Amino acid sequence: MIESDFKLDTLGYFCPMPIIMTSKKIKELVPGQVLEVASDDEGIKKDMPAWCETTGHEWVGLEEADENSVHVYKAYVKKAGG
Amino acid sequence: MNATQIEPTAALAELKEKKPDSVTIVCLSGDLDKAMAAFIIATGAAAMDMKVTMFFTFWGLNIIRKQDTTSSAKDWMRKAFGWINKGGTENLPLSRFHFGGLGTMMMKKVMKNNRMPGIPELLETAQDLGVQMIACTTTLGMMGISKDTLIDGVDQLAGVSTYLAEAKKGSVNLFI
Repeated sequence: MIESDFKLDTLGYFCPMPIIMTSKKIKELVPGQVLEVASDDEGIKKDMPAWCETTGHEWVGLEEADENSVHVYKAYVKKAGG
Repeated sequence: MNATQIEPTAALAELKEKKPDSVTIVCLSGDLDKAMAAFIIATGAAAMDMKVTMFFTFWGLNIIRKQDTTSSAKDWMRKAFGWINKGGTENLPLSRFHFGGLGTMMMKKVMKNNRMPGIPELLETAQDLGVQMIACTTTLGMMGISKDTLIDGVDQLAGVSTYLAEAKKGSVNLFI
C-alpha cells in the first residue's frame, strides 16, 4: 500500500485527459508530496512513467484494484524540485 | 590561429542540455479525426512540459476560424467557395463515413457518451496549457479569410520561415 498526500480521480477519462489532469494537479503539491492518480484507462501504466521521465517528477509505483466492478489503476507520483 | 580546442563529448552534452523539448505540428487537415489526433498530441506534449507550436494551414484553418464564418473576399468564386467551406470546430467533417453529416453527428455522440473531449474542448485545453497557435498567411489570403474571423488566442500570422525556424529547434515535428 503506497501512501499519498493527494488523490486525483480520472475514472472514465481517456488519454490524454489523465495526463493533463495530473499536470494541472501536481502544481498544487509541494516538492516531496505524493499524488495518487486513479484511472480505468490501462494506458496509464505506460503513460505515467513516461510523463515522469519527461517532466522530472518521481515515479513511485502502481497499484491495481477492483472497485465497484471497475478495474482501477492507481499511479503514484512524487513531486520533484525544492 | 589559436582556436580553443572543443571536446566533442562535452560539446554534445552541452548541446543536449540546451536543446529544448519542443514539438511543432502542421495542421493541414480540417477533418475531425485528424484534428483530434493533432490536439491529443499537442495537449499531451504540453502536459509533459514541452513547448508546443501548432501551424494551421489550408483546411486546418477551419479549426481556428470562428463558428460558421465565411470568406471575406469580394470576388464571386471565393465568396461561393466560402459558403460551402464554413469555419468553426462544429463544422469539421470526419475523413470517413461523414455521410452528409449523419456519420459525424453519430461519432460526436459516441465520443460524448464516453466522456471523450471533442475538438472545442481540446482546443480550449490546448490554449489553457499554453500551446502556441499560428495561422498561415498564404492560405488565409488565398481563401479570403480575414484575421477578425479567427478565434481569439491565435498568437500570430506567419509563413514558412517561422515554421521552419521553430521546427529546427524541435525534436518532434508532425504534419497532420
